[in-house]
Amino acid sequence: MSSDAEHPEPLHPGLFRIDGDGRITLLGGRSEHSGQSHFPRQELCPYSGADDVVDIELARTGTLVGWTTVNIAPPGYFGVVPYGLGIVELDGAPTLKIIGRLTVADVDAWNEGDPVVVVADVVSRSAETGPGAGPDPSATDVVTWAFAPVSS
Amino acid sequence: MTAYVSGVGIHPFGRFGELTATQMGATAARRALEDAGLWRPGERTVIGGVFCGTAYGGVAAGHRVMGALGMTGMAIIDVEAGCASGGAALALARTAVGSGQMEHALVVGIEKMPAGIIRSSFFAPWQEAGGLTPAPAFFALRAQRLLREAGLTKEHLAAVVVKNRANGVSNPNAMFRTAVTVEQVLASRVICEPLHLWMLCSPNEGAAAVVVSRDRTSRSIEIAGISLRSHLPGNILGEDSPLCGIDDTGITPPSTLAATDAYEQAGIGPGDLHVVECQDTDAARELLAWSELGLCAPGQQAQLLEEGATELAGRLPVNPSGGLLSKGEPLGASAVGQVVEICHHLRHEAGERQINGARVGLAHVIGRGANACVTILRN
Repeated sequence: MSSDAEHPEPLHPGLFRIDGDGRITLLGGRSEHSGQSHFPRQELCPYSGADDVVDIELARTGTLVGWTTVNIAPPGYFGVVPYGLGIVELDGAPTLKIIGRLTVADVDAWNEGDPVVVVADVVSRSAETGPGAGPDPSATDVVTWAFAPVSS
Repeated sequence: MTAYVSGVGIHPFGRFGELTATQMGATAARRALEDAGLWRPGERTVIGGVFCGTAYGGVAAGHRVMGALGMTGMAIIDVEAGCASGGAALALARTAVGSGQMEHALVVGIEKMPAGIIRSSFFAPWQEAGGLTPAPAFFALRAQRLLREAGLTKEHLAAVVVKNRANGVSNPNAMFRTAVTVEQVLASRVICEPLHLWMLCSPNEGAAAVVVSRDRTSRSIEIAGISLRSHLPGNILGEDSPLCGIDDTGITPPSTLAATDAYEQAGIGPGDLHVVECQDTDAARELLAWSELGLCAPGQQAQLLEEGATELAGRLPVNPSGGLLSKGEPLGASAVGQVVEICHHLRHEAGERQINGARVGLAHVIGRGANACVTILRN
């Protein structure tokens, strides 16, 4: 897949589908044996090892159950700081919680149970390989998923 | 499967410039061998095997330590289990000695960590690029949940730091040796809300070693129980940092799995302990460990803090060494360092920090993997 400013590549293949409206649908798996869903999609059920995993599309909406702000760029990350990181319980799969970036970094802007929607976000991908190597001037933007507040 | 700690040695934890992990490991190992009466240069060593705990030591790190001591020829095995590496090394040594395979084994934990957020090959590059790997953020999410569920405040987190830093003042092997106040902790900068800088331990450098022996001597400490366990899947806030999780109310955490096993081996319960060293990667991690290890019921942490129960003069002192919050965390060495501290107390050689009458102690580490190790020592 070619990468350009109009159509950046996904952070990693198979995590999500970018729909025509620019919104994102997370792609997970579900095992009938364990009765549980997971993300990202794995070959075997990560909770039970069952090999009956089928593809599922995860809900685009959910509620916030945990949130914090990352103020310092962790190793291997070249996107903006600060950024929010949170845990969301997705609708329709009440036991499935997902970690993801939050579009609002300010912790005071969030409350437990806030409704959120899955959106596309952009981070920078670098070709650097080792600790301390620093950002790569040829770094390109890639698309990832994030959770945004549902505008009231 | 009985085995004893017959000697202990430590190289201080901190920052030591050009000093290598090999040099620090050799210092700690020599001290442990001297303490056990087994340092005999020029003689063929009686050590049957060496288990070297390290996460960042590189290829044949244990061989380099033993080479520096002019003491090779035996089996030398590096053991990596994240923050539990040293505990995993001790567990293997105890099995090797307790099963009769060798009379003496040496356990050495070494590390020389870069400053700042720990980088780990545990994660895929795309997870790093996506900003999905910062350990302090995962610790913060877990701390936030603990505060909510256990009725705790940031002041309680600060109180853990105050307790541990007060203990660290008299520990010559600690990196931070000044006492701090709740106000100072809360005035340190926020790393990831609700965790402030001083509520997080510093990855650093150091080494620790113990000799494990088959026969008891007058200075021996019994390894009454030791268990290494990994996580059960499903907890989104576990040290394995998964991207998804399910309802975890019925999922036993790895620290509890290891503790239950170790208590059973020792034939004791948490009420029989006199001293505990536990994983305080961050202040909330220590409070979580209290309930995971059965030191208190979930939600009882505030009461213990307010009673001063886990202070040096309390009924169950936790982290008399100052914990990782005072010592810093050299991954491979931290678990062995805890065992050295407990042995000092059980041998009544802990100086100003001595817990009077201590006869049974527990050491606990948990980290990446997830890996948890619980060791019960008895005099």
